[in-house]
Amino acid sequence: MYFAFVLGVGWALRRVIKSSDDFFLSGRSIPAWIAGLAFISANLGAQEVIGMGASGAKYGIMTSHFYWVGAMPAMVFVGLFMMPFYYGSRARSVPEYLKLRFDEKTRGLNAITFAIMTVFSSGISMYALAKLLELVLGWSFHGSIILTGIIVLIYIVLGGLTSAIYNEVLQFFLIVFGFLPLVLLGLKDVGGWSGLTAKLSVVATNAGFQPGAWTHSWKYMDSPTHNPMGIEWFGLVMGLGFAMSFGYWCTDFLVVQRAMAAGSMTAARRTPLIAAVPKMMMPALVILPGMLAIGMHATRGGFLPIGSDGQPNYNLAIPMLLAHYLPTGLLGLGLTALMASFMSGMAGNVTAFNTVWTYDIYQTFLRPGKSDAHYLRVGHAATVFGILASVVAAYAATRFNNINDILQLVFSFVNGPLFATFLLGMFWKRTTGHAAFFGLLTGTVVAALHYGLTMPRGASPGIHGGFLGTTLHIYPSEMALNFWTALFAWTSCFVSTVVISLFTARTKTDDELRGLVYSLTPRIREEAVPWFKRPVTLAIGILVASAILNVIFW
Amino acid sequence: MRLDIRWPIGGLFSITGVMLVIYGLVSDPAIYQKSLGINVNLWWGIVLVMFGMLMLVFAYRSTQ
Repeated sequence: MYFAFVLGVGWALRRVIKSSDDFFLSGRSIPAWIAGLAFISANLGAQEVIGMGASGAKYGIMTSHFYWVGAMPAMVFVGLFMMPFYYGSRARSVPEYLKLRFDEKTRGLNAITFAIMTVFSSGISMYALAKLLELVLGWSFHGSIILTGIIVLIYIVLGGLTSAIYNEVLQFFLIVFGFLPLVLLGLKDVGGWSGLTAKLSVVATNAGFQPGAWTHSWKYMDSPTHNPMGIEWFGLVMGLGFAMSFGYWCTDFLVVQRAMAAGSMTAARRTPLIAAVPKMMMPALVILPGMLAIGMHATRGGFLPIGSDGQPNYNLAIPMLLAHYLPTGLLGLGLTALMASFMSGMAGNVTAFNTVWTYDIYQTFLRPGKSDAHYLRVGHAATVFGILASVVAAYAATRFNNINDILQLVFSFVNGPLFATFLLGMFWKRTTGHAAFFGLLTGTVVAALHYGLTMPRGASPGIHGGFLGTTLHIYPSEMALNFWTALFAWTSCFVSTVVISLFTARTKTDDELRGLVYSLTPRIREEAVPWFKRPVTLAIGILVASAILNVIFW
Repeated sequence: MRLDIRWPIGGLFSITGVMLVIYGLVSDPAIYQKSLGINVNLWWGIVLVMFGMLMLVFAYRSTQ
């Protein structure tokens, strides 16, 4: 029934797709609440749902830092300060903004790396979904890949970005209503939050930490050795809260595309802010199940299967909980919710890929000056290619058991420095195109060097660091290594971009930079918008609420 | 005119909710041992129907 509704939405929208703008940008007509829910849903892929559930089991409530520190400030920043430039410049994609602000080579670098990343990311979502359906329902791995690939392909080709956004909203509600009964039953079973705290204190003491290490997010952040994440507060705030999160939420076209499809400037600015509200509550749906699973594993034994490394298989926390609590009937809804999350992640990546491929690579470098109908056909072909490439990536994932680690690693090399380029581009008119391009390259190279010359404690040289043969520093955990790598990437990109800018001539006049740089753009006046609907009001509410959540779970 | 997304959301949740309620009424109570003895199909089905109907009402009122 879910598949029928998803395809039905695509079919109903096929008549409104008349131009490439309709197909790639939804004709810039999406209401803020729909764009906001799609903004968060496109990010709710396999890596998010399964990965955060696993982290909830592995690190406890500290995983919420990925939301209340690693998402809220960045989502507020992109809504208040960056959307005016993305939306106001009429750029059709994030790489196109780089072309308008800097030059073609900076756009090309960003477009090509982004296109490759999105295809791999979509493939990993497909792989994770097929593996899960094989494990839980006994479906054929090949059959699952073909079925999900065809469904996503049909509804995107029929309805373009609008279809993807509408289905992401449908999928968002499915995820909420599919996982909520699981959390309520789990909490009731363990005796509420106090019962869960008691169970998790056993987990913490068994792991050699203080009893509250799984249920306090900040209390044990004074030293990496005092918490399961192995990171201290400075590395977390600067590495995750600044470099990594701003690099993702403020520059990744996958999520920014949803806001760029909004119907007005105010709607575009409100999109990430509206998305921040459910995002703030998401730990209850994806982290809490992981905490429940590990609590029951420690006190009742055998709840999670043991992996080949002798550790519990944390990735199965949510699927095992679904099978444990939900009877026939509601179990179908829970599994559909899981499937919906994987498909929304996949569709989000494919729509971002087809836009960047058509506008930023094909139209720019291969066949400029063709008709709009030609680019619409190329968009359809790019969607087919994106799905096929995702299938290839999904099968590649079966050959390499750590392909997701590799993807996350390359993401941190590429995304880490990117925010420095955008920050300087939007807020310092002196930044030049040469500086942006070579600054990005410097940041990526420094990230790779840092990762290759350091290692987390207990790891062997390879994909987890130290691959350059010489180890200059040992980090307490892999998480700490990732956070500090992003911080090194951002800092080196920022410094090198500033230095190169001072030694190279500006190629853009002030007139050309109007609407692209903060100091040259008139402030947005919103007197006509009621005070409670203004982006600033929403932003203050979000920051206060996330501060309160941090204090509650301190 | 563009499709109002609340129609398919309301339709999907209403139909799913009704199916869960019916299954909750006719199913063997023994299957609810795993959900702590609560007939979650019946109760959650009612929640889904209410949410679905709410969405349909909003979509109808919007239908300008």
